[in-house]
This record gives sequence, structure tokens and C-alpha cells, in this order.
Amino acid sequence: MREFKILAVVVFFTALIYWGVEPFAHSQMHPHVAPADFAFKDLGANPKTGDAKAGEQTFLSAGCTGCHGLSVANIPAPMDAAAASGSFGVVPPDLSTAGLIYDRNYLAALIKEPTKALKVEHKFSETRPHPMIAFYGVGGDIDQEIADIVAYLQSIAPKSLSDKEVYADACQRCHDMKYDKVFSATDKTALKAYMGTLPPDLSMMIRAKSKDYLETFINNPQKNLAGTSMPRVGLNQKAQEQVINYMEKVGDRKKAERDDLGYKLIGFMLIFTLLAYLWKVKVWREVH
Amino acid sequence: MAEIKKATGVIDWLDQRLAVKVLAKVLMTEYWIPKNINFLWAMGVVLVVLFKILIISGIFLLMYYKPDINLAFDSVNYTIMQEVEYGWLWRHVHGVAASVIFLIIYIHMFTGIYYGSYKKGREMIWLTGMALFGIFSAEAFSGYMLPWGQMSYWAAQVITNLFGGIPLIGPELVIWIRGDFLVADATLTRFFMLHVLLLPLAIILLVAVHFYSLRIPHVNNQEADEFDFDKEAKKYLEGKKKESKVVPFWPVFLSKDFFVVGVALTGFFYLVCYHYNFAMDPINFEPANNMKTPAHIYPEWYFLWSYEVLRGFFFDVAGIAAMDIGLAAFGFANVIFMLLPFLDRDTDNVAPAHKRPLFKYWFWLLVLDMIVLTVYGKLPPTGPNAWVGFFAALAFIVLFVVLPIITKMEAKSGGEK
Repeated sequence: MREFKILAVVVFFTALIYWGVEPFAHSQMHPHVAPADFAFKDLGANPKTGDAKAGEQTFLSAGCTGCHGLSVANIPAPMDAAAASGSFGVVPPDLSTAGLIYDRNYLAALIKEPTKALKVEHKFSETRPHPMIAFYGVGGDIDQEIADIVAYLQSIAPKSLSDKEVYADACQRCHDMKYDKVFSATDKTALKAYMGTLPPDLSMMIRAKSKDYLETFINNPQKNLAGTSMPRVGLNQKAQEQVINYMEKVGDRKKAERDDLGYKLIGFMLIFTLLAYLWKVKVWREVH
Repeated sequence: MAEIKKATGVIDWLDQRLAVKVLAKVLMTEYWIPKNINFLWAMGVVLVVLFKILIISGIFLLMYYKPDINLAFDSVNYTIMQEVEYGWLWRHVHGVAASVIFLIIYIHMFTGIYYGSYKKGREMIWLTGMALFGIFSAEAFSGYMLPWGQMSYWAAQVITNLFGGIPLIGPELVIWIRGDFLVADATLTRFFMLHVLLLPLAIILLVAVHFYSLRIPHVNNQEADEFDFDKEAKKYLEGKKKESKVVPFWPVFLSKDFFVVGVALTGFFYLVCYHYNFAMDPINFEPANNMKTPAHIYPEWYFLWSYEVLRGFFFDVAGIAAMDIGLAAFGFANVIFMLLPFLDRDTDNVAPAHKRPLFKYWFWLLVLDMIVLTVYGKLPPTGPNAWVGFFAALAFIVLFVVLPIITKMEAKSGGEK
């Protein structure tokens, strides 16, 4: 039948254009990257098993508290946000939840070689050292000491956090989320000087970047955006999912409503179409 | 003055004052449309429906939108998308309809080309239609700027810059259009005015003229069958409905259109709720930042073919800068469709393309070339892509240069009539 042939031609060319300007063009502009690696294989694994008790001693004598607060153990941050921004460029994290949200291997590698774990070696050097000083050990086996510190952080961390709390500890030192009225504590001028550019507000990032992109990007920013000054933060899979969930809750708050309403709108139009068709058949029967 | 009597009812009361019965006949029940048509003839009504959807959704958006570079992004993405009840729906509907309406415009336009509905008395339909296409393009471009996202800003930057290539007055013209030396608040405010007032007004007026221009030459049909509309209409009114070659606009023609509109809107609402990224580019959910150029700048899909004609000429020829050649080609691409009725020299033949020995090849080559231009208009113009773009842009121009020649040949050989 002629109408169907014509419809097939129209659908074919429409689909061809759609394929060309959407999936095909995007695959050319944003080449596919390997999926997120939550084992952080490039960092290797620390062979030692940590002891939390020993870790507590090591943590205190290693100088961590010179910069970091540990509020679960009643150790406040040594500086207020303004002073810390001025000294470091960004407010150092309180480590209370580090054991829950960051990967164990990643934390160990970070303590030993911060710029390597963070993947910011292109930004920092001996002449411009990273504000987090590498841990050189307190006299014993360094790998054992690091494993102990990580075990200690894991032992004191809360058992679970809300999505927003994970976001606050993982992202909020640099990023604002103004649609949820939460703002970075770091001074903006210091942050801009430290990062080279002001880290973007994340309110609409879920719509701007999509879930898929964020999954690989947060896991390893260099993979999607080579040269970016955003560090790899080392979130484990669960924590990263919580961050993305939170971003979706803020940036795409009406998603559930949209998904639900879609069925109703389409259903309404299907009924309309059916009735219109029956009416059309009735009307045209007289003239054909 | 007419003799006014006591009315027998509301219709009669109105009829005595406004002649509504005659009006209904002229516009609806005795406005004759050929019977021998297919669903492509429903695209005009689909366009009217989509345009109404755009106006209604636009009015709702207008209640909350703020045309100020410091407020625009948040008024769209926070106030409308999150705070206002169903604000997201109006925005998605508006954004998706703006994109879909161009698809239907292109189908409508290529239907006109295929069935030769732009000539032999139908030139004014074509000319007003192409004028509508031009104003719709300006409407789409100005609307795209309003959310003040990254692509809003950078597209505005690139497109307004194009006017700088016009000889003599170029640089001053760019400043005049922008209202500032840069794309800035003044630019946003004036494009807002264009988008919500001047251009829609022009569109509504032109749509009326477009409809009116159909009245005298009548709608074409799919076999280029020429007949006396008055005679066929008489047959229909005498009750010989099956024998008559025409049907009235209401209810017969519209009953079919309602069905096509239903199918179109079913797909439309699927796109609105589940598949909208093609129309609402994710990049535009990042706020405009004049310090951060996006990695890829491209216009919306419906402008890609003409954008690629502009970009296609990427090397200097005989001392003429690539940019100037591109601009000239871009200007050519934007006016040449307007001239179609005068380029087709087989003026008497309104047969569909498949009954024209040379034109049928020309038509499908044009469709393919414009698809190639569209796809490559989005891809980064590097390496082989640049050459594909160049040859496709060249082919586009050549196609229109040879059109008068091949149609003249068709006219001479007599063709099929």
C-alpha cells in the first residue's frame, strides 16, 4: 500500500538523520572509555593486613592531625576554613568518614604517594608540591604502618551515611550545589588559585553530563577529561553511587514525576488516535 | 445597513452580524481539498498543532523566565524545572516541539518539492512557506539563547559573528545586532524580545498569508491531476461524493488529519518524557561561561546542513579567504530554496518527481546530500571529515546550478504530463 511505502521512506530518512547526529556523532566526539575501575588496579594492592589499634597510634604520631580533623575521635581541624583555604588552597578533609567512602587500596596508595593516587602529577612537582605531604613512615615497615592507619580509619568510620553526607565529604570541599543550598567551605579566591579555575557548581551536572559519563568521570576524571585539575577522589562503588544519586535528586528532582506522567500522556494520545482513526474511517466511507 | 431581525438562536444572532454561516462554508465545509492525497498532506495541520503547542507552552514559560544574564539560567533550570508545578513539562514540551517542528517543516517542504507544489500558480505558497522557514529559524535561534547555557552563549557568539563577514558594514553590523561589543546582557534581552514578540507575530501573520495563498491555486494532489474544482465541488454537493475528486476541509480532510496528529503526538510525548536529549542538548545545562569554550560547538540538528555548507569551504582559493567563500556559500544555501519555483524551468509540469525522468534523480541526490551535510555538520571538521564536508557543500551548490539545465531538458523532451 502506497501510504505505508511513503511512511517507510519518511521513517527511514528520519532514523538515518537521527542516528547520524546523535549516537554516531557523539561516539565520534566523545570516544568510549573503559568502565570505572573500583579496584584502582593501577595503584597496586598493599599486601599487609592492618591493625586498627596500632593504626590509632601511628595516625597520631604520623602528623595527620596537623592538617586533618577527626571529629569522631574528638580531634578538631587545626585551622578554620579561611585559614586552611589560605594555607592549602582548599580545606583539608575531616577524616571521620574516609574509611567508609574511600576504597581501602586507594587510601593506602594516597597516604604513600598522594599525587599518584589523585592523578594530579601533571599539576604538582618538587617545585610546586602538593599540599598533602607523602607519608614517609614512623620508623617501622611503611606498608604495615599504612595498612594500620587505613584499618584505624575504617574502624572508626560510621557504618552508613546518607547520599547527601557522602557528597558533603567527597565533593563539597571544592564544589557548590546551590540548588540544594549547600556551598563549599573553601574560600573562592584561594580555591580558584589552587585549581586554576573555579570548580563548577554541580546542581545541574546530572543533566549536563549524564549518569554514564559521571560513572567513569568521578572514578577517574583524566579518562574523560585529560589534563583536568580535578583529582581522582577514590570513592568506592557504593559511595560513588550515593554521590550520583544525590546529584540526580538535586538536578533532576522531577524525574519520577516525568517517568510516571509519560505513560499517561502516551496512553491518552493512543486513545485519541484510536478514536480519530475510527472517526476517519466512518467519514471516508462516504466518499471512497 | 443590513436588516436585523429577531434572532431564532445564537447561531442566527451571530450570522446576522458576522455572517458566520458563510464564513464556516468558506473556511471549512466548502473549502475543497483533492481526494487523491496521502498522509504527507496532513503535515500542514501537524505544524499548526505543534505551533499552538509552542505558543501555549511558551506562555507558561514566560511567566517565570527572567531575561537577565544573571538570572536566566536559574530561572529556567531551578524555578521552572524544579519549583513550579509541572514547569519541567512545559519546558520539555517547548524544547522538544521546537525540534520536532523542524522535522515536520522539512517533511512538508520536501513533500512540496517532490510533488511539484511550488509552481504553476503555487509560487506564493512556496514563497510564503520559505519565508516562514526563515523566520522559524530566527525564532529557534533566539529561543535557544534564552536559557543562557554554554551552547546558548557560544552559538550566539559564533552565529552573530557571521554577520562580520558582510563586506563594508560587517563589524558595525555585529555590534548593532549584539547591542554590545560582546554577546552580553543587551544581546539576551533583545533576542528575548524577538523570540516572544516580534518573530511570533510575524509567524502568525505569515501563516495567515500562507493559508490564503492556497485558496486560489488550490492544494495539489499526488498525481498532478488537473481538474475543475468548481465542477467537482458541485458533484460533491449534489451527493455524488464517491464520484467527486474533492472533499471538504471539514470534516473529511480534517478527520484524516486528526488521526495523523494523534500518531504524531503519541511519538511526541514519548520524546518529551523519555528521549529529549536530541532537542535539549546536555551541554546547555552548564551555565554560560565566556572563559570556557566547549570542546565542540555545533548548532541544533536542523541548522547543521547550512552550517556545514559554511564550514565546508575550509581552504583559500585564488586569494579569496576560506571564510569568505564559506559565507558566500552559506548565503547561497539560505536563499536558494526560496528561488526554487524560478529555477525549475519545466514550469508547466506539476508531476511528482517519480514521473520526471531527470528531476527524480535530482530530488534524491538533494535529500542524500543534505543528510550528509547534516551529519558532517555535527562531526569535528578534521581530517577526512573536512573533505567530505567540502564535497557535500560543493555538491549542494552544483545541484542548484544544474537544476535549471536539467529541468529545461525535461521541458524540451516533453516529459510525461
